[in-house]
Amino acid sequence: MLDTFFNIEIMKAAWPILLAGLGNTLLLSATVVPLGLLGGLILALLARLRSPWVRWPLMAWVDFFRAFPPLVLLIFLYAGLPFIGLELGGFGCVAIAFFLNTGAYYGEILRAGIDSVPSGQSEAARSTGLSATQTMAWVILPQAVRNVLPDLMSNTLEVVKLTALGSVVAMPELLFQARQAQSLTYNPTPIVVAALIYFALLWPLVRLLSRLENRALRTG
Amino acid sequence: MAAPIIEARAIHKHFGALHVLKGVDLQVAERELVFVIGPSGSGKSTLLRCLNRLETPASGSVVVDGIDLLARATDINRARQRIGMVFQSFNLYPHMTALGNVTLALRKVAGKTAAEAEALGLAALDRVGLRDRAGHTPGQLSGGQAQRVAIARAIALEPRVMLFDEPTSALDPELVGSVLAVMRELRQDGMTMVVVSHEMGFARAAADRVVFMDDGQIVEQGAPAAIFEAPQEARTRAFIGQIQRH
Repeated sequence: MLDTFFNIEIMKAAWPILLAGLGNTLLLSATVVPLGLLGGLILALLARLRSPWVRWPLMAWVDFFRAFPPLVLLIFLYAGLPFIGLELGGFGCVAIAFFLNTGAYYGEILRAGIDSVPSGQSEAARSTGLSATQTMAWVILPQAVRNVLPDLMSNTLEVVKLTALGSVVAMPELLFQARQAQSLTYNPTPIVVAALIYFALLWPLVRLLSRLENRALRTG
Repeated sequence: MAAPIIEARAIHKHFGALHVLKGVDLQVAERELVFVIGPSGSGKSTLLRCLNRLETPASGSVVVDGIDLLARATDINRARQRIGMVFQSFNLYPHMTALGNVTLALRKVAGKTAAEAEALGLAALDRVGLRDRAGHTPGQLSGGQAQRVAIARAIALEPRVMLFDEPTSALDPELVGSVLAVMRELRQDGMTMVVVSHEMGFARAAADRVVFMDDGQIVEQGAPAAIFEAPQEARTRAFIGQIQRH
């Protein structure tokens, strides 16, 4: 049992491979989270525009990418884009797929956050001469983000976990590397170690999130 | 009367099918304190909000301190620096300290450096008697203090006129006095003020003119004594009678 799942020799051998995978997972997360937030912010700001020419396409966009399974989207980009001469590689495809998918989610969260700020805030800011953009940047967004911080973090947690999808397009992130090590050694230990690494990476975030959620409940 | 500093002419405003302002004219002279009273839904707050273009009238004209607020070429953000506004629900920024609330527009709009803004902000807080609360957040202030910080936020920009939208309606009765005291001081310093409020005692003591609105129109206006003691119009009489019973 120990030899199968917690084989020390194999752990030692697989460690450098897994570490490289962890590095890529972190790099990937550090790319897709800001990209997703940026995309989400753009969507949330566009949602403020009342024009039907913005509204309907925006709604269709958000609905589409929330309904489209990110794995399918990723494989489609990876396998489909080369047919129109676009070879983006694993990293590029993952980045774009996540930008589209997770941006839609971040967008909905940020939109809810912006809507949660009372209109009096923006009226007060505008009455002192702040422009609409300044009002958004200095008055509305800081409060909006604070109001939906648990949701933003929860989504970020999902995004980091979802980077494991990169393994299906040969992106050498943690899960992919673990599976390589597993098939080289004919032993599941690397997968177990990868799982532990994911846990060590995400658990502090999960704890922080519960604390925020509890605080939100108390002050709610 | 010198040229008015606020000159609103023939203002019409609709909210959907509702005709909220039906051709309102209002002139306010420099250093004048005008009280606007009327039943809820009479359009008095909407009129006030037209005076800094928080609401855009469908037609008519609004000129404040020589600036045509409705002209396409007008930089409304610059114009609004000259028009301070105080709201019923304070609308302080909850994520900033009292000083942060007062200095935001000084830094971002008036182009002051952080040091200049802080000095001006502290001076403004001093004028409302809250310099020692500079580091408090709105959540740590009483309603009366919050409203005085909101007044400081507006006067820090050295506006030419101040608009007050029911500034004491959200306050516990014992906190009203501190806000009225600050308003009285502004008045003594010669600030031009338009106040939507039912603080009759303050109106009698401080207002130059009382304007009674009903159903989107100005029904009657005049000196406080005339409006409160000897209203000419039946609607004015009914309204004054009602609020004096309370």
